[in-house]
Amino acid sequence: MKRLLVFIKKEFTHVLRDKKTLLILFGMPIVQVLIFGFVLSNEVKNTDLLVIDQAQDRASKEIISKVQASEYFDIASVTFDVQDVEASFKKGKSKAALILPKDFEKNLMTKHVAQVQILADASDPNHATTIENYLTAIIRDYTNSLNASMPYTIIPEVRMLYNPQLKGAPNFVPGVMALILMLVCVMMTAISIVREKEMGTMEVLLVSPFKPIMVIVSKVVPYFILSMLNIVSILLLSVYVLGVPIKGNVLLLFGESALFISTCLSLGIFISIKTQTQQVAMLISLMGMLLPTVLFSGFMFPIENMPFPLRMISNIVPAKWFYIIVKDIMIKGLGFAAVWKESLILMGITVFFLGISIKNFKIRLA
Amino acid sequence: MEEVVIQADKLTKKFGDFTATDAITFQVRKGEIFGFLGANGAGKTTAMRMLCGLSVPTSGEAKVAGFDIYKETESIKKNIGYMSQKFSLYEDLTVVENIRFFGGIYGLNNEQIKNKTEELIERLGLTSVRKELVVDLPLGWKQKLSFSIAIIHQPKIVFLDEPTGGVDPLTRRQFWELIYEAAHNGITVFVTTHYMDEAEYCDRLSIMVDGKIKALDTPKNLKMQFEAESMDEVFYKLARQATRAE
Repeated sequence: MKRLLVFIKKEFTHVLRDKKTLLILFGMPIVQVLIFGFVLSNEVKNTDLLVIDQAQDRASKEIISKVQASEYFDIASVTFDVQDVEASFKKGKSKAALILPKDFEKNLMTKHVAQVQILADASDPNHATTIENYLTAIIRDYTNSLNASMPYTIIPEVRMLYNPQLKGAPNFVPGVMALILMLVCVMMTAISIVREKEMGTMEVLLVSPFKPIMVIVSKVVPYFILSMLNIVSILLLSVYVLGVPIKGNVLLLFGESALFISTCLSLGIFISIKTQTQQVAMLISLMGMLLPTVLFSGFMFPIENMPFPLRMISNIVPAKWFYIIVKDIMIKGLGFAAVWKESLILMGITVFFLGISIKNFKIRLA
Repeated sequence: MEEVVIQADKLTKKFGDFTATDAITFQVRKGEIFGFLGANGAGKTTAMRMLCGLSVPTSGEAKVAGFDIYKETESIKKNIGYMSQKFSLYEDLTVVENIRFFGGIYGLNNEQIKNKTEELIERLGLTSVRKELVVDLPLGWKQKLSFSIAIIHQPKIVFLDEPTGGVDPLTRRQFWELIYEAAHNGITVFVTTHYMDEAEYCDRLSIMVDGKIKALDTPKNLKMQFEAESMDEVFYKLARQATRAE
């Protein structure tokens, strides 16, 4: 135990002494959080739409079929009850809802004015605005097609759920968290273990009575602690600088972050065991981990738009699951019941990589 | 009969078709400086790694400090020190931090670490640079520090893998004074080298060619046996037989 503490202390000295590492560790999250304030806008296809048809008349049916015909929407289900919206959003079955109220056609025909309501899940603000624009366009298109002497007007009433001001920040804070943790944990652990191999110090450690597995443990502990500090700094920034509140349980958020950090650390260990030089470890971490995280976490590019094979690939990217978890907890304010599946997947990935790392870890060098 | 601390019997290591060390048999006695000579690629490092528990032999037997190298590597590790070919201190730590770290890893208590640190710094004349990063020290100092750290826990045997590569003859001489001192204190020294002047300093020598031990005796006897003026000549006569490319 005392040996472990000696080792951990040494690891902290390495990190704290190296200004470049420190800059990456603590400067990057801040810069990233601030930079990603201007998120890319995305086009959205095949959004799952919930339709609540209380009118059940010809006009409502026509609008529904028009929506269905567009490539932008898939109708998840058509129901009567407004209560279904909340449940459907929380389960992630649909991203938006279109409510056609009673007497829709009657109002339209007699008063020439009718109302519809559009509800959108705005935890992803770009997505929500795009959905809104598409839906209103379809409805306008419909009124134009009626081609009467006196124009018909349908007034859409729009409500953005979860993120009424359409702030971009809620969307990218979880993304940046995933990105930073991926970078810090995977790359830094991998490099710090491989550096010992490259420098020849690993040999000396393996000849010493210090247990090899402890070398790994003591490498992991400092990065775990530093990563948790990073989470705190990102959350503080997002709450006090960007004004994004944490709606859900903070403890749960930290718990899930700890889980994701473990996943990243296990990946870092795996890379370090498979590589011999710092450069290779860094390249693999960057190309093999960071790039997929950016591409497939759903944070910059909506996974819904990707072709099937790429959607499949996204499933093995740990950051995707963490992104969903953080969005659910932080922005939607959901509890563990909503994210247990994602948590289980992350746990699975962690156990998998730890397992093969332990199997591959060579106590003896040759 | 003196106590034997390393006993190797037909120790062999193969990497695929390549036999790095071929059935080597030798004994090292307590407190002696045992030189392990050979050209690059002759199998010295492989042999040493097997004895340290870093590499599993393909066949053969060996005991180090009385422990079996297959089954009792943990016990062996407690009784040996090791200095690798590559410089093996942490360059971004200071002299004192390196001493403390390795002292801690070898299980010394705080009191011992404190005493050892002062003793080492004093003896190596590092007082003025104790708080300096190791990366800034001259190579010769680094190697002396590295050696002193390898024996910080008073091991029975210390393995040195080409410890003086790249330093000038004077520094090498000073380094060897440290080795003599350690041997005088009862630490057995197992050293690989390809400097022939260093070979002269050893109590006994083995010369490896193509994975086999071709000669094993005191420097004096070897010179007589091969009718040579110097160890250089002995080595040259043997190394010429090598068929293995570097």
